[in-house]
Amino acid sequence: MGTWELSAGRPQSLLEVVVLLPASALSRSLDLPAWVLFRRSRPLPPLQDPTMPAPQCASCHKARAALRRPRSGQALCGACFCAAFEAEVLHTVVAGRLLPPGAVVAVGASGGKDSTVLAHVLRELAPRLGISLHLVAVDEGIGGYRDAALAAVRRQAARWELPLTVVAYADLFGGWTMDAVARSTAGSGRSRACCTFCGVLRRRALEEGARLVGATHVVTGHNADDMAETVLMNFLRGDAGRLARGGGLGSPGEGGALPRCRPLQLASQKEVVLYAHFRRLDYFSEECVYAPEAFRGHARDLLKMLEAARPSAVLDLVHSAERLALAPTARPPPPGACSRCGALASRALCQACALLDGLNRGRPRLAIGKGRRGLDEEGPPREPQPSRPPTSEPVPDF
Amino acid sequence: MLCCRKLTPPGLLEWCSPSEQDVQGPQRLPLTPGDFCLWSHARLPLSDTEPAEARTGDQKCVKCKEGLPVVVIRAGDAFCRDCFKALYVHKFRAMLGKSRLIFPGEKVLLAWSGGPSSSSMVWQVLEGLSRDSAKRLRFVPGVVYIDEGAACGQSPEDRARTLAEVKLALQTTGFPWHAVALEEVFSLPPSALRCSAQEAAGTEGAYKAAVDSFLQQQHALGTNGVERQSQHCAQDPQSPAGPPTTAQTQALSRLFDSVKTLTAKEELLQTLRTHLILHVARNHGYSKVMTGDSCTRLAIKLMTSLALGRGAFLAWDTGFSDERHGDVVVVRPMREHTLKEVAFYNRLFAVPSICTPALDTKAPEKASIHRLMEAFILRLQAQFPSTVSTVYRTSEKLVKAPRAGCAAGPRCLLCMCTLDVDTADSATAFGAQTSHLPQMQTPVTQARAAAGPCCCAGMGGAPGCCKREDPRAQVMEQLCYGCRVNMKDLPSLELLPPYILSEAQLRSQRATAEQEIREYLLGDSEDEAGTGES
Repeated sequence: MGTWELSAGRPQSLLEVVVLLPASALSRSLDLPAWVLFRRSRPLPPLQDPTMPAPQCASCHKARAALRRPRSGQALCGACFCAAFEAEVLHTVVAGRLLPPGAVVAVGASGGKDSTVLAHVLRELAPRLGISLHLVAVDEGIGGYRDAALAAVRRQAARWELPLTVVAYADLFGGWTMDAVARSTAGSGRSRACCTFCGVLRRRALEEGARLVGATHVVTGHNADDMAETVLMNFLRGDAGRLARGGGLGSPGEGGALPRCRPLQLASQKEVVLYAHFRRLDYFSEECVYAPEAFRGHARDLLKMLEAARPSAVLDLVHSAERLALAPTARPPPPGACSRCGALASRALCQACALLDGLNRGRPRLAIGKGRRGLDEEGPPREPQPSRPPTSEPVPDF
Repeated sequence: MLCCRKLTPPGLLEWCSPSEQDVQGPQRLPLTPGDFCLWSHARLPLSDTEPAEARTGDQKCVKCKEGLPVVVIRAGDAFCRDCFKALYVHKFRAMLGKSRLIFPGEKVLLAWSGGPSSSSMVWQVLEGLSRDSAKRLRFVPGVVYIDEGAACGQSPEDRARTLAEVKLALQTTGFPWHAVALEEVFSLPPSALRCSAQEAAGTEGAYKAAVDSFLQQQHALGTNGVERQSQHCAQDPQSPAGPPTTAQTQALSRLFDSVKTLTAKEELLQTLRTHLILHVARNHGYSKVMTGDSCTRLAIKLMTSLALGRGAFLAWDTGFSDERHGDVVVVRPMREHTLKEVAFYNRLFAVPSICTPALDTKAPEKASIHRLMEAFILRLQAQFPSTVSTVYRTSEKLVKAPRAGCAAGPRCLLCMCTLDVDTADSATAFGAQTSHLPQMQTPVTQARAAAGPCCCAGMGGAPGCCKREDPRAQVMEQLCYGCRVNMKDLPSLELLPPYILSEAQLRSQRATAEQEIREYLLGDSEDEAGTGES
């Protein structure tokens, strides 16, 4: 199988999916640059080999094979592949006992391919698992990006007849939208930290939305590539706390937080895209406006190169992540409750409240990086701060 | 009340509080908000890319404040020659002394590859042994050099030339030296793969007692005894066993040519090299091996091991001491020296090193995972100068513990770490199923993925089903996850050196024998995992 020559970032369109279609039909409908990209990204299709007959689907042996599974190279037809994918997700959920029967599940829907596929698969599996689904979409207030994505989510909700709830940052967090946060954190020389804010606040918003609909579990569409990128990123940033916490199939509910899980965790990103293609799902496939500044971009590029060098790299990274042994001191302290909002927190203030505090006080980097200086102050300082030089932050900060 | 803007490094804007300075300023002029305070903190530069102090010609060494600085370590720390040397040597000795692992009088083997880090390490040991008696290093060193020319595809003339240079360099050190060709792996005994019983770890008291008794001994012997000892070493170099035969060289080249990817080649080379060094150490009575891995190299190695699936063994692969081989402990004293420091030191103090082409010389960046990681980390380091030290500090937080609830099980055949593959794990079992499918004899449809896996996938199914018929499966199931993924790139296992194959066979025979008599054994039987328990 040829290598995947993907452009930077996630697969932007169906062009980058390896599908054994006749070249002429697809390429005729593309414009020249896209056609060039398509031609260059396609490996040599075995169908064109005159000495070898078209491969049969390895599973049903009836239809002609339409794709090869990225990990095993097995040739399957579209229907069998989708069935296999759904079976694997079912196995993940059942083996890990992630969603017990009778659960009300809030699906974090962003309009992108992962959450679309997740919602679709869970909808197919819902009768077998005995769960009911709600879509929860989060509006971060990123102009030009989030509104288009939300339109996609609304279309999906209408098509699948699933109840949809939209929670907006502006309502939950006192008028702070991501654009306002980005303006506020734009500092001198250093890159903005808006992805840090977005991640923390979005999880809080998802939790709030889930509570609004009365859900018992929260699911998100993280796939195996996301987990691999996360472990690479955490090592590069030296985040021992997150390394110690992560690696499992999600978190059980602690201290009042809803249990969260990631049913697509073992599916590779390519398979998610393939599934979306074969089921003809309609999703929103553009990158967030602020994504180029995120540190995760480095980890993502590295992962792409690793996968080209060794196809099983993603799985190996997930295997490594599950088996990391960190010193007990590196683990985060057992969680308590935030003094302001009552949510799960390992310090006096939960991260969301701490970040918002910083924003409201005009010191957006207050809760970012090590040291957390000034975090426990109430309001503007009345007495002089202890005259120690600020500790230099060894962790690369964005 | 907002008075003025003061800038605290690194570039963070803060407002200074009124009580920090007189509202009226030093000239007693009333200040309005927005004016720059005339205190010294306002004179700091606006951007954090400029240095805090003006870089004038008369900047002094940050340590002694007197000498002229010649080198900049980290960001903005300029050292003069003597302070840099003192810092470098201190790091080395502190690393050894803090760990209290190397007992006085112990025989330590220095693994020298000819490269800058290991040359620097040998140089440090040389200098450390020649100091005045109070601060002298107290162990007995030897040096080993492994000639890997056959694996790297060098011609015999190049190899002979390099070997002559190496012998000259080794003789000048004055230590007992061993120059071994990699082809000798074909004559290794299977005991090279066995983990011998570990000695009891020395406690604080034991170390101190050993040091005291050694000092008393030295005092009794006087200085004559010490000199005689060192001269004896210089006059008795270990001669190599003779050049390797062409048959062995060909066998080695065939082995390395048959490996499909550069990643697997590099891993195989490292494994064989480790086994050979350990064999040499065991043969000549060395109880410790020192390797010259620098901080940068270890950071790259950590990320590479992550990507290769060796997350469970990171602490052994990149920690200071590596005791998984039992009687011989591998120690990494250059662990805190960055490659930059090593390079500067070697240049300033003329440390000799020999450059030989390695397996991945001139390979393109995307050729192997090792190259990729190296390029990535070095590129990231240029952008975020704290990357290597961050990864290093994270690696210090890793512990050598088996996963909670996992008893000490059988060890991997090649890397001698406790096996980390078990059926209870979701991602590995799952992924192994989907990626092993084409190799399986009996096809398993995807819809039955929830059913039990076939034992060919190496996770244990019905015992004895495929094991005896398939030698490849036999070997594979004795390997840890990372080694398994590497061995997949090796199409035929028969080209491996005979000691690996015979040890694999021995272990599997022992496992089947144990299985048969299991019901008659009283008490706990060890090694229940990994031997095909369904």
